[in-house]
Amino acid sequence: MSEHPLLEVTNLHAAVEGREILRGVDLTVRLGEVHAIMGPNGSGKSTLAQVLAGHPAYQVTAGSVRYAGKDLLALTPEDRAREGVFLAFQYPVAIRGITNAYFLRAAVNARRKYRGQEELGPVEFMDVLAEKLQTIGWDDSYLTRPVNEGFSGGEKKRNEILQLAVLEPTLAILDETDSGLDIDALKTVAQTVERLRRPDNATVVVTHYYRILTHLQPDVVHVLAGGRIVKSGGPELALELEAKGYDWLREGTAAA
Amino acid sequence: MTARQDVTARYVAEFQAFAGNGAAGAPAWLKEIRAGAMARFAALGFPTTRQEEWRFTSVAPLAEAPFVRPEGGIPDAAAAAAVVARGLGAGPRVVFVDGRHAPGLSSVAGLPAGVVAQSLAATLSGDAAVPSEVARRHLTRHARWQENPFAALNTAFLADGAFVSVPTGVRLRQPLELLFLASGPAGGRDPAVSHPRSLVVVEPGAEAAVIETYAGVADAAYWTNAVTEVVVGDGAHVELFRVQREAAEAYHVATTHTHQGRDSYLGLHVVTLGGRLARHDITTVLGGTGAELVLNGLYLLGDAQHADHHTVIDHAEPHGTSHEFFNGVLDARAHGVFTGRIIVRPGAQRTDSKQTNNNLLLSTEARADSQPQLEIHADDVKCTHGSTVGPVDPNQLYYLRSRGLSLEAARSLLTYGFAAEILGRMEHPDVRGPLDRLVRERLG
Repeated sequence: MSEHPLLEVTNLHAAVEGREILRGVDLTVRLGEVHAIMGPNGSGKSTLAQVLAGHPAYQVTAGSVRYAGKDLLALTPEDRAREGVFLAFQYPVAIRGITNAYFLRAAVNARRKYRGQEELGPVEFMDVLAEKLQTIGWDDSYLTRPVNEGFSGGEKKRNEILQLAVLEPTLAILDETDSGLDIDALKTVAQTVERLRRPDNATVVVTHYYRILTHLQPDVVHVLAGGRIVKSGGPELALELEAKGYDWLREGTAAA
Repeated sequence: MTARQDVTARYVAEFQAFAGNGAAGAPAWLKEIRAGAMARFAALGFPTTRQEEWRFTSVAPLAEAPFVRPEGGIPDAAAAAAVVARGLGAGPRVVFVDGRHAPGLSSVAGLPAGVVAQSLAATLSGDAAVPSEVARRHLTRHARWQENPFAALNTAFLADGAFVSVPTGVRLRQPLELLFLASGPAGGRDPAVSHPRSLVVVEPGAEAAVIETYAGVADAAYWTNAVTEVVVGDGAHVELFRVQREAAEAYHVATTHTHQGRDSYLGLHVVTLGGRLARHDITTVLGGTGAELVLNGLYLLGDAQHADHHTVIDHAEPHGTSHEFFNGVLDARAHGVFTGRIIVRPGAQRTDSKQTNNNLLLSTEARADSQPQLEIHADDVKCTHGSTVGPVDPNQLYYLRSRGLSLEAARSLLTYGFAAEILGRMEHPDVRGPLDRLVRERLG
């Protein structure tokens, strides 16, 4: 474990359309760790994920985010991606006319170029892809289909995980990737994340449900409520939430 | 007399001279139709924007100044290479310059036995009995020149163009290209007009792939007024690719009329890139039970280009399927117009019809008008339509940026995707490859 955390969120406040959603989030993630952020609907989980990825509709009104020693908030969304941040979208976007293979190669090459590496040609890239496809149990028919166009909800989520596997980010943020998945798809997603886990990367899993955490071993579990992290603990906290729900925490916030 | 009446009168006078001598060799039945078409044109006159069908498209530049038919100057050998390079395919081709057949630039070697691809003038002069009989049966019988003044004008001056006939059971798989070139200025005071006329007849059970390309050799304010009739026999399978890449200053007005027989398939692919003013009327009649149509179009416009696509899908018989997709990409001050009318005739039960028209506006001054029109006279049908007009979707931009693409790269990928979606349905590699290059070139 390195001395400096990979991600250090301090007193983060963020708003969308003038409405404040995050009200002072503090979060520290170190290399090699998997964090789970749980919380009721509307607590700000997705906002946190989007703010970290750089969604232009969200305004950061206070606080800071340091990532690998840099001011993350000063970077464009594309530079965050090139620096190794990856957000698996809760609602992946369809792109008409562009095949998955073309899109994936464009993404990989954008990062390679940024890092001064040679860009991959279509043939070389196919070799890389073939292996990744196996990881998520897909055949190559998904590569020639337009990005997420006509994909089922589950297929879209899997496609996010395929991108995760191909891009090999340093910091992966999964925004409710588990919701709407059947148990097999959920296992595939969790196993892929587990397989990609290394001492030099980290994962933040944003989820409403305990389910996915039975297949993933989080090091730290946080509860986000009312735009702040109100409780953090080990994996046992997830179990407790599963048993007791979120209401007791909300009351706790009100009392505090 | 107004300028319009004056110009109309000039065409009438010119027709009299044409009917007197230029029509030599034409069969009597055709002479009669031509005269009727001229009378119809004179009665209809040029359309105005007060007419519903023309309310977004002003043809004032055509209606208020005379255009003349050039003598048919075939370019010399040096220009020939450049001419042929305007074509799309590397396969067999029949070339026309200013509406007249250019045998020296054409090459039909390698066509399957039985396929006829030649000049309409030669067909009509009656050298060969069978083609002229096919022509007599179909020529001017489909396109509705009685309703459309431009089709009437083309019919009145009908002299040459392409004649393609594919007999029963024959497969024309390597696309045959019909290349219509405008040589540029007429040479005199007035700009040039040509009226190319084409007839493609694919007999029952036959298969054909045909490319129709319209292009200019030199930039000039010439006018192409084309009509193409396509007959798809029972059980026939036809892919027709129509590429309009006229010169930047040119005017292009065209009618494409297709008629499909029972259980036939027609893929009609339309790519509009050129011209200052373009109007394309497409009427497709699904005239046999179980006919299937894919009408797949793309318009890519910049500067002050104006292109108007007016499509009519006429389900005349039951169990027909039509899928229509038109995408427009509009930059600068360009204006795209799409009107998609779907008619389901009484008795055309179990019709399955889907229409979409999506327009991408790349500048705040670009404009798109999209009008679906459904006329459904049967009760057991499935008809859906949808249209969009708007700039690049910010959610798509953000998604691509979150994967490391720059804002500019994301925007250009999304724009290309808009076009590629249409190109993706053109499954012929001989066509898709060159078109893909043209589109990329165009989008920069």
